[in-house]
Amino acid sequence: MALPVVVVDSLTVDLPPQGERPHAVEDICLELRANEILCVVGESGSGKSILARSIMGLFPSPQVRASAGRVLLNGENLLAASPARMREVRGTRVAMIFQEPMTALNPVLSIGRQIEEVIEVHGAAAPAQRRRRVLDILAAVHLPDPERIAHAYPHQLSGGQRQRAMIAMALVLGPQCLIADEPTTALDVTTQAQILKLIREVQRDRGTAVMFITHDFGVVTEIADRIAVMQSGRLVELGEAQQVLGAPAHPYTRALLQAVPGLRPPPARADFHARPTLLAVDSLHKSFRSGGRLFGGGVRVVHAVKQVTLCIRQGETLGVVGESGSGKSTLARCVSRLVEPDAGKIMVGATDFTALSGGALRAFRKKMQLVFQDPYGSLDPRQKVGAMIAEGPLLHGEDPGRARARAAELLELVGLDARAAGRYPHEFSGGQRQRIGIARALALEPDLLIADEPVSALDVSVQAQVLRLLADIRDRLGLTMLFITHDLRVAAQVCDTIAVMRAGEIVEQGPAGRIFAAPRHPYTRELFAAVPGQHWTAGTAPPDPSPVG
Amino acid sequence: MSEIFRRFARNRPALVGVGVLLAVAALALLAPALYPQSPFEMVGKPFEPPLASTLLGTDQLGRDVTAAVAHGARVTLLIGLVATFIAILLGATLGGIAGYFGGWVDTLLMRLTEIFQTIPFFLFAILLVAVLTPSVGSVVFAIAVVSWPPMARLVRSEFLSMRNREFVQACVGMGMGHWRIILRHILPNSLSAIIVTGSLMVATAILIESGLSFLGLTDPNVMSWGFIIGSGRTVLPTAWWVIVMPGIAILLTVMAINLVGEGLNDALNPRLRHL
Repeated sequence: MALPVVVVDSLTVDLPPQGERPHAVEDICLELRANEILCVVGESGSGKSILARSIMGLFPSPQVRASAGRVLLNGENLLAASPARMREVRGTRVAMIFQEPMTALNPVLSIGRQIEEVIEVHGAAAPAQRRRRVLDILAAVHLPDPERIAHAYPHQLSGGQRQRAMIAMALVLGPQCLIADEPTTALDVTTQAQILKLIREVQRDRGTAVMFITHDFGVVTEIADRIAVMQSGRLVELGEAQQVLGAPAHPYTRALLQAVPGLRPPPARADFHARPTLLAVDSLHKSFRSGGRLFGGGVRVVHAVKQVTLCIRQGETLGVVGESGSGKSTLARCVSRLVEPDAGKIMVGATDFTALSGGALRAFRKKMQLVFQDPYGSLDPRQKVGAMIAEGPLLHGEDPGRARARAAELLELVGLDARAAGRYPHEFSGGQRQRIGIARALALEPDLLIADEPVSALDVSVQAQVLRLLADIRDRLGLTMLFITHDLRVAAQVCDTIAVMRAGEIVEQGPAGRIFAAPRHPYTRELFAAVPGQHWTAGTAPPDPSPVG
Repeated sequence: MSEIFRRFARNRPALVGVGVLLAVAALALLAPALYPQSPFEMVGKPFEPPLASTLLGTDQLGRDVTAAVAHGARVTLLIGLVATFIAILLGATLGGIAGYFGGWVDTLLMRLTEIFQTIPFFLFAILLVAVLTPSVGSVVFAIAVVSWPPMARLVRSEFLSMRNREFVQACVGMGMGHWRIILRHILPNSLSAIIVTGSLMVATAILIESGLSFLGLTDPNVMSWGFIIGSGRTVLPTAWWVIVMPGIAILLTVMAINLVGEGLNDALNPRLRHL
């Protein structure tokens, strides 16, 4: 067995006194060995990031600090080290990569300069030698044309390239330990697959000890040698990947694993072909212009949605899947006319929705309601929940007493207490807010529900509950849904039909069962191949615990 | 609401500010009772120092500086508050419309705002008062006209970011009209920024008013702090108190308003404070 590089010994980190719990992490004991990837998994607020940051000595505020325990790096207690010593250790022994490479890189310095600076502050090497090392490390993380990348600025690189540059920066001084805090969460699934492969490769080549923080069990199955599961500040399970995934000992781990949606869609609910069409979108087009100035200058045109044609039949759920920037959200906003399409026609039943305007448009909007992604931004923070849900019906002329009664009913329908009506949104958790958002959308008894990434901002266990709720309500009320998501696992759970979007176009469309079983378009195949942990389903050990692809 | 109040009450400088403002307001309200005669009335010999026959001394005409400062508080505060109120109304309306509707409406209104901002504000105020003949009304008008552009820009940026928030989109999706969205959903969420900036604008308005009356651009029949200073500046070598007393009043009031404004900012936007 490899030697431990980092030993975390009964570490407790305090939170500020008015926090929701006294400790961010409590009594954590684990070790990180050379040449292994230890995945720390947990939902938001589990303390996994604080654990990672306490190794680096980077606490988010002076009130958050370690109150007990030790963090040993090769036997040296880092919690007792002086600030000067910590600066020496960071970068040379322990390095960190972050979730969002755009904000973790300095936008006004070139990539090469930023990496060089790391070498410089640790007092090494002549300028020529430094530049040599920068180019070497950029080549080692497989960035094409290192010379050019070294001169590029962060905004000139793609998300994946930026994350590679971050990894290069972390690795340039050959640290023994690499801490990766959700390094692929902000990336698209195909890019994520490449970055995971890269992290595995550099870890193998250099024998680095990697602590990989993530919330995504798909990623865990791809990359973990060992797994540590955290729940509200405590370590609940620690073990070899195969064992934790195959035979989880702790009920919380089991619950988390159960909540990960499978990639196989359930059998078709019904044959929708015979049903009447509810929504027919015909050659919808939307482009955005930017950069036009008072005195001319280049105008950049982005075609967000190009000639999209689709139809949803009564009671059907159509899933639009695609990576970020594929235009799927713009499509949803065009269909609901929150954004005016440039061209094309939207028929809702027998009504031409695109032809409506003014009062007729406002009256017709009740037939189509939206559920949004962000549980924090989608509810008016200054409005009580009951008033929020009743507002739509009141607007369309409902009697106030009946609107209030209906709001209470809806809160119960989405699994909340009717007393929630008297409270403000900030008193609810993310999952509960999403339920409120759904209740608000249902209040107008829409024919079509447009859900734009409704579960993407939620933790996996909450996500499973909200998905179940959506499916349940849909079946009970016979709702038709347009479901936008980037997550194929989620799409597999709720969608009857899938449309795959890339660069504003629908490249493939068909019944979910067929698309998941036999994707035809090369892009669809690529997308499916990139889904992490696809050979694994809950309750089974992954076939190959540490695949190097 | 009580949470906001508690946060504000924990802020000691802001409480001091509130105390000073209450004292100034009380002085303004009680001035007619304390000094029933006109502040222009001569009550003693000229150039009597403070505490000789009156509390704060007399000026070159034998008028009581104490009475002048008390009556001046009335006028100065009134001008500051009314002018700021008009500026907020004007700025928030134009900025709100620009931010919410965007497009050419925004371009037009923002160019207009920029035109106002290109003129140095104090010179512009002098010009306006001079052209309109000095009176309380013209001073209020001038201060309001030079003060609204920053408010318009602030409200515009608030509305612009709020416009694309999902809860506003949800309102549009429900079939809600523009005015209802603006008044019921966006405005309440922008209110804290407007209150904070508005409170600080009162301080600026008082300073502009003082500056204008110092230059003699004010209603000669109305006693304001700036007016006292303006009329007393020629006698500074012999009677410092004529200028210093109203000067201290201006200093304390403006400082108190700033403290209260900052306290409001911390209480209304608690997250910003901990960054």
